[in-house]
Amino acid sequence: MRITVTVDGTSYTDDVEPRTLLVHHLRERLGKVGTVVGCDTSNCGACTVHLDGHSVKSCSVLAVQADGCEVTTVEGLARDGTLHPVQQAFHDNHALQCGFCTPGMIMQSIDLLADNPDPDEQAVREGIEGNLCRCTGYQNIVRAVQDAAHHMRPGAGPEAERVAGVDQATGSRAASSVGGGGE
Amino acid sequence: MIPAPFDYVAPSTVDEAVRALVDAGEDAKVIAGGQSLLPVLRMRLAAPTTLVDLGRIAELRGVREDGDALVIGSMTTHYDVQRDPLIGEHAALLARATDTVADPQVRHRGTFGGSIAHADPAGDLLAPALALDAEMLVAGPAGRRTVPAADFFDDFFTTAMSPEEILVEVRVPKHTGWHAHYEKFNRVAQAWSMVAVAATVRTEGGTIAEARVGLTNMASVPVRARGVEQALVGQAATPETIRAAAEHAAEGTNPTVDGNADVEYRQQLARVLTGRAISAAMAG
Repeated sequence: MRITVTVDGTSYTDDVEPRTLLVHHLRERLGKVGTVVGCDTSNCGACTVHLDGHSVKSCSVLAVQADGCEVTTVEGLARDGTLHPVQQAFHDNHALQCGFCTPGMIMQSIDLLADNPDPDEQAVREGIEGNLCRCTGYQNIVRAVQDAAHHMRPGAGPEAERVAGVDQATGSRAASSVGGGGE
Repeated sequence: MIPAPFDYVAPSTVDEAVRALVDAGEDAKVIAGGQSLLPVLRMRLAAPTTLVDLGRIAELRGVREDGDALVIGSMTTHYDVQRDPLIGEHAALLARATDTVADPQVRHRGTFGGSIAHADPAGDLLAPALALDAEMLVAGPAGRRTVPAADFFDDFFTTAMSPEEILVEVRVPKHTGWHAHYEKFNRVAQAWSMVAVAATVRTEGGTIAEARVGLTNMASVPVRARGVEQALVGQAATPETIRAAAEHAAEGTNPTVDGNADVEYRQQLARVLTGRAISAAMAG
């Protein structure tokens, strides 16, 4: 089946088997190996990406279901060598140990901040409850998300993936609503 | 892991979807949000020959008012249910229960109707739908029909729908101004409910005028705690009356035994969680 998916700002058209999971399409066909597979049970959240602006577990979406949609992976966050504020905050706060959960943690944290730009600790923990850190390094992850929130206010979230002034015609979100990405 | 091969169709209308199910035969499967089905396919616990995806049918999404009821499209996501102002105002119990479903990523994809049609006894939206006297509108080769929630859930993962029928929408009578709470007990984040209690109460003055209580995972299907409801009506909402009413919660229940809990433990949970649910509803 032929599908067209826009991934990190680039449109890709491919023939895929209906059973192909979105995460496998991203990794094996498009080379987006920043998105990882951590479990076979949909529990771990390591494969989290944004599908039309909302976080999803890409192991639990078929590639054919993403036909016509826009996907953002962790590889699409940095702009011109500048990390996304959430990436930077994970770096600054040492919010990783082995790093395997980090792509999913970052993508889910950005989603959380879109709905709640100033989450307290409990809200962060609930917001990332679908993401497991096998090193149990949650303390610094929570700290990083709150740090990122302080740097991104107002208007954090998936909108921050769009940097003001950068013209990406494929998107459905307004570049003018950016608060964080261009700092 | 990778699912076994299947054919995939994504119809754009309900009629097309029903026709696709008829054409594909008995090994076809409907996919809604896919958050329960795709893990099952990946583990190869099921291998349907055809998936009929309801995701491209616009008329199945959204919440609208219809007189004294809300009508929730079956493909409305949990995320949209949580944030819908009509549901917050007229069916707060559904909003509170939906808040507890799985995790944010799953709530972005998973759907209200998918949960209802999947009929997992540990699913969090069945007991609220039962407590609120919801009605399911289903479409099949013979046309459309309405099934009350009380007649909809037959057994574990089994409903009154035939394999060629799909759930179109759920009609929920307005419970405007009712207090509501969903009290869920599980051991770790994003786990299924071991037991959960859906409680919603209407008060007049300081007195409970009406009460509806549904139990999650206390049988192969959601059940109403009628004894609790009857014990609450006409009473002042004091800690004593709530505690006394909650003692009726496990009456007539027949919960499953699994690695998490035996019958006695689940029945004790039902009583304790019912008390908490009603107290939290009254405080909310």
